[in-house]
Amino acid sequence: MCGIVGLFLKNEALQPELGRLTALMLHEMVDRGRDSAGFAVYETPIAATKISCLSLSGDTDWTTLTRSLEEGIGAPVEFHQIEDHAILHTTGDGAVARNRIIEIAPDVTVLSVGHAIELYKGIGDPDAISARFGLAQRVGRHAIAHTRMATESAVVIAGSHPFSTGADTCLVHNGSLSNHNRLRENLRRHGETFQTENDSEVAAGYLAWRMREGDSLEGAIDRALQDLDGFYTLAIGTRDGFAVVRDPIACKPAVIAETDDWVAMSSEFRAIAQLPGVTDADIWEPKPATVYAWSHAA
Amino acid sequence: MTPKRVELDLADLSVRQVNAALQAADQGIFHVLHPGGEHALACGLDAPIEVHVDGHVGYYCAGMNKHASVTVRGNAGTGCAENIMSGLVRVQGDASQSLAATGHGGLVVVEGSASARAGISMKGVDIVVGGDVGHMSAFMAQAGHLVVLGDAGSDLGDSIYEAEIFVRGSVASLGADCEEKPLDEEHRSILAGLLQRAGFAVDTATFKRYGSARRLYHFSIDHMDEY
Repeated sequence: MCGIVGLFLKNEALQPELGRLTALMLHEMVDRGRDSAGFAVYETPIAATKISCLSLSGDTDWTTLTRSLEEGIGAPVEFHQIEDHAILHTTGDGAVARNRIIEIAPDVTVLSVGHAIELYKGIGDPDAISARFGLAQRVGRHAIAHTRMATESAVVIAGSHPFSTGADTCLVHNGSLSNHNRLRENLRRHGETFQTENDSEVAAGYLAWRMREGDSLEGAIDRALQDLDGFYTLAIGTRDGFAVVRDPIACKPAVIAETDDWVAMSSEFRAIAQLPGVTDADIWEPKPATVYAWSHAA
Repeated sequence: MTPKRVELDLADLSVRQVNAALQAADQGIFHVLHPGGEHALACGLDAPIEVHVDGHVGYYCAGMNKHASVTVRGNAGTGCAENIMSGLVRVQGDASQSLAATGHGGLVVVEGSASARAGISMKGVDIVVGGDVGHMSAFMAQAGHLVVLGDAGSDLGDSIYEAEIFVRGSVASLGADCEEKPLDEEHRSILAGLLQRAGFAVDTATFKRYGSARRLYHFSIDHMDEY
């Protein structure tokens, strides 16, 4: 069991509230998983690329890392450290930088790369994680978050969600995939790099691959419905959008609510019950194998 | 004497306190306020009390209900009226999956739609859904009635033992050993009674009836050699 939440703001005036509302939602999902948690916040895209990094040992020397990264990619890199995470900013190529970090810093996991996304994760009480990384103070356009109850693999930070492999794309997953090993091998042949053995990272890599090949978010998810085998409710964030999909037999719960101001999804309604204006929301259970998507760009 | 009307507000009380108050009552009308999607509300009732829940509820609302009448003025999460024994559970919005699962008796009414596996393993409960039901509804149903005024999802009545299913709209597909059956006068009479109890005024002639083909679970002498 895991808990997932997503919040997509339609009303710009609510952007200063994004983090606070997401933290409220995440708190309600603690009962569904209290061994790990994580969240991705999407701010208004900036020109530079942001790279969210996690130090596995907790004592990475970020100054040294950014200096050697600058040499490797031939572009300036700045960093801002928060606990065991660091957010790197660079004008260089994000994908090149990601691969370079994976190559030179085995102690560092690259959590996300993009112009809008920042991603944080940890092990332990989800509320403590959201406090540690200041979720409630975050401003942004949309966010997704996850509380994990490990059922099939160890409680390690590598198993914490969200997962991202492509630019500004990440997902949170409730469920389990049964064909992730084969998919991972196929995706590696298509050039995806994976940093964990986790099944959900494979789903993230799959979507990143399809969108790199030119699929829209909806198109990529449509294909994923054919290629991913297993149980899943996914909430997916992209630079401008947010989507929800459930597997064809709808094993894992999900509820969506929409008002003029926001769209929210969660594993359970009680997370959505915290949001302003919820009494006037349209509320429904997403149908199996159906893609629900929203975009700021539209 | 008019029954006393009691308000139980989840803004001030825990789920446990609200359920304890409901379970201790042997009569009365109760309004549960600010449910906020909480789980297991109004569970395990066994007296003829009337409960109104003013909002959306989480999982397993009114589970194991006996004698009581529970109305949810909103949507209900997974497993609403699970294992209901008797009484009435009415959801004015939509219900999530596994509605009235394993229900033995009583009546469960959903004014909106119910999602997957409505009436899974039903054992005598009557279920009336004003909208649609999702896939695998009445899966392994053993007794009782499932009435659907809208459409049914795929694999309706899969592996059904005995139970009657009435659907007014389309059926995406029938599950293993479930087949359409004639809608005779006796069935229309049962259906009319269910619709009336549920408060829906629709013509019984617009329904189709489905049930067990009895090829899956009945012992066949032809298979004797396999034992």
